[in-house]
Amino acid sequence: MSIFEYNGSAVVAMVGKNCFAIASDRRLGVQLQTIATDFQRISKIDDHLFIGLSGLAPDVQTLYQRLVFRHKLYQLREERDMKPESFASLVSAILYEKRFGPYLCQLVIAELGDDNKPFTCTMDSIAAKF
Amino acid sequence: MECVFGLVGNGFAIVAADTSAVHSILLHKNNEDKIMVLDSHKLVAASGEPGDRVQFTEYVQKNVSLYKFRNGISLTTAAAANFTRGELATALRKNPYSVNILMAGYDDEAGASLYYIDYIATLHKVDKGAFGYGSYFSLSTMDRHYRSDMSVEEAIELVDKCILEIRSRLVVAPPNFVIKIVDKDGARDYAWRQSVKDVTTAAV
Repeated sequence: MSIFEYNGSAVVAMVGKNCFAIASDRRLGVQLQTIATDFQRISKIDDHLFIGLSGLAPDVQTLYQRLVFRHKLYQLREERDMKPESFASLVSAILYEKRFGPYLCQLVIAELGDDNKPFTCTMDSIAAKF
Repeated sequence: MECVFGLVGNGFAIVAADTSAVHSILLHKNNEDKIMVLDSHKLVAASGEPGDRVQFTEYVQKNVSLYKFRNGISLTTAAAANFTRGELATALRKNPYSVNILMAGYDDEAGASLYYIDYIATLHKVDKGAFGYGSYFSLSTMDRHYRSDMSVEEAIELVDKCILEIRSRLVVAPPNFVIKIVDKDGARDYAWRQSVKDVTTAAV
């Protein structure tokens, strides 16, 4: 079994007209044993920005904490919210930093940018953006 | 194989652990206490490599005390659990600890809580949790009989059911278990379940 499937996860997002939807399963497992059925994989970074993190649970939690930290720091310094493309670049940089010892996560970013224009992108564990 | 499990009831949390210290095929002792009292209202039941288990839980215990001395106030259970996860996560890609932890605690605002912390630093707040081969039996038994807001007597009955299941179905079942409880009055020993007592002198 691949390490990405150790805890089991599925995340999906889609854009619509001035909106997006993001969904995930809530099972936390250890290979075939189910530990919990209320694990949160989608996190709100701010009112317009949601990320869905799938993959190894500890890296999901660590990466989420780092991203919230960097986002809050940006907000304090720049006194405004991050644009979707900037946040995606930030995530990309953080993931590629660990190119040869990566965070074992694949994530989906969904955000409403200026004029409520929805934006979504996915990234694999070494920051390949789709 | 080490069996650790726990559950949350009505204003309390209970954890139970086996008490065998095993090295390969040899049982060194059968009254090894694997549930550490972290502070007045927190318990840490740990399973895994014996050296890592003792060293890491003591490290967490001392840091929790240090926080209390520095700041004059105890950490909440959630904070202590997140600190523990942070230490495990930092060490994971350098020199990982092979310790699985169930942290039970009581806070005035949050009530009783139980945190499942994996050896790879997965953290999740749960109502019932278990580690080890015994988890296959104890989790299933708890899934069948657990209700939220159980009383202490009902919870102990459930714990005893789990211990009976482990003893009857696990091929290398540990003989003895210790049960500890944490509630508003603090963290303390509840009972030992012993089917084999230490023999101190040879029977003549």
